[in-house]
Amino acid sequence: MFEFATILAAESEEMPSVLAVPLDELIIGLIAFLLVFGTLAKFVLPKIKATLDERADLIEGGLERAGKAEEEAAVVLAEYQKQLAGAREEASAIRTAAQADRTAIVEEARNEARIAAASVTAAAEAAMAAERAQAVSALTRQVGELALSLADKVVGEALSNDARVASTVDAFIADLERAAAK
Amino acid sequence: MAFSVLASGGPNCKIFSGCGFPAPGAEIFQFDAILSFSIGGLTFNVSKVTFLLLLAVVVIIGFFGYAFRKPKLVPRGAQNVGELGYLFIRDGIVKETIGKGGEKFVPFLFSFFFLVWILNFWGIVPGAQLPVTSIFAIPVTFAIIVYVTWVPLGIYKQGFVGFFKNIMFPPGVPKGMYILLTPIELISNFLVRPFTHAVRLFANMFAGHLLLATFSIAAFYLLTFSVIGIIGSAASFTLAVMLTAFEAFIQALQAYIFTLLAAVYIGSALHAEH
Repeated sequence: MFEFATILAAESEEMPSVLAVPLDELIIGLIAFLLVFGTLAKFVLPKIKATLDERADLIEGGLERAGKAEEEAAVVLAEYQKQLAGAREEASAIRTAAQADRTAIVEEARNEARIAAASVTAAAEAAMAAERAQAVSALTRQVGELALSLADKVVGEALSNDARVASTVDAFIADLERAAAK
Repeated sequence: MAFSVLASGGPNCKIFSGCGFPAPGAEIFQFDAILSFSIGGLTFNVSKVTFLLLLAVVVIIGFFGYAFRKPKLVPRGAQNVGELGYLFIRDGIVKETIGKGGEKFVPFLFSFFFLVWILNFWGIVPGAQLPVTSIFAIPVTFAIIVYVTWVPLGIYKQGFVGFFKNIMFPPGVPKGMYILLTPIELISNFLVRPFTHAVRLFANMFAGHLLLATFSIAAFYLLTFSVIGIIGSAASFTLAVMLTAFEAFIQALQAYIFTLLAAVYIGSALHAEH
């Protein structure tokens, strides 16, 4: 303890305390700080601050642009989807209409075919009836004439000019016709 | 540490040679003037301290002047490193502690951080081997600069009465407590603050330098052809190396703390405490 005290005493005699603050060191320290601060604040740091601000602006601008592009894309997508839905609706309407058209066309064709078939049948039937009537009348006449000529031969006289004979023949033919009509 | 060793005990001062351990003391913080001149009756002593101080100024202005000579939007090389430092001060210290209106003080705090850091850093640079901030006048100068910045700033921003009222009468305290609190706040903010601000930096650097010097001298002092000498010398040398790494960390940390405190003081001047 004693030794320590003497060392301290000896030191304080020989050299200034480590806690001394000489004015010249204060001034030199102040000059050093002012040199650094003055140069950096005036010439060096404003440049990097401007660059960093510019970069931040650029990044923010980029983000803004990206946001805008995204919005635009969303609008375009919505529009496209709307169009797609419209097209689908239209297609389905067209399909329904085509279905209806097809049914109508088929129905019409069927009707036409039926009508045509009916008319063909009717024409054929009419022709057949006419032919039949013609054949019947021709046959009746021939049979009458045949019977007359046979009766001529059988009776041996000419009956053709006789009014009575003529009426008889006519009655006969009428009978024949009646029988044929039955 | 060769210079210190020679200065402390001479090349032949070894263990078992009748020479006591030349423990380093205050003398390793004293430097002879290389040159003295006088301006207006005040004598300026140009010594190693002055030289390292001005070298730090040149290194800082040189590096950042080079790094930011033509800043590009896409940084390369030195600009990248410089930007890292700038963003550390701006985002890591100013935005965190001052917040609104702090941007203006970035150059001020930037200068402090790098000046203090480089001055600390000289402590582990071979050839320099003196943390300039362990010379008490230097941290005192810096603490005074910070003090004469934040006190007038607070008076300017909050008004003379408002500033002292905000500091001496913190809100949210029972009225009776002000009898106790007001003197404490007054003393702690206006008297203790600048003192601790300077002493914290000085004492850390001073102690660190003394510790490094002690183990470096021990490594030399114990280096003799004996078991105790070799083991002791190797252990001291290993410790000196480890302490050097530890000092590198402390130097950056103290520079950060000094700057952070300066930012806190400026912040308290800009915005009243809540």
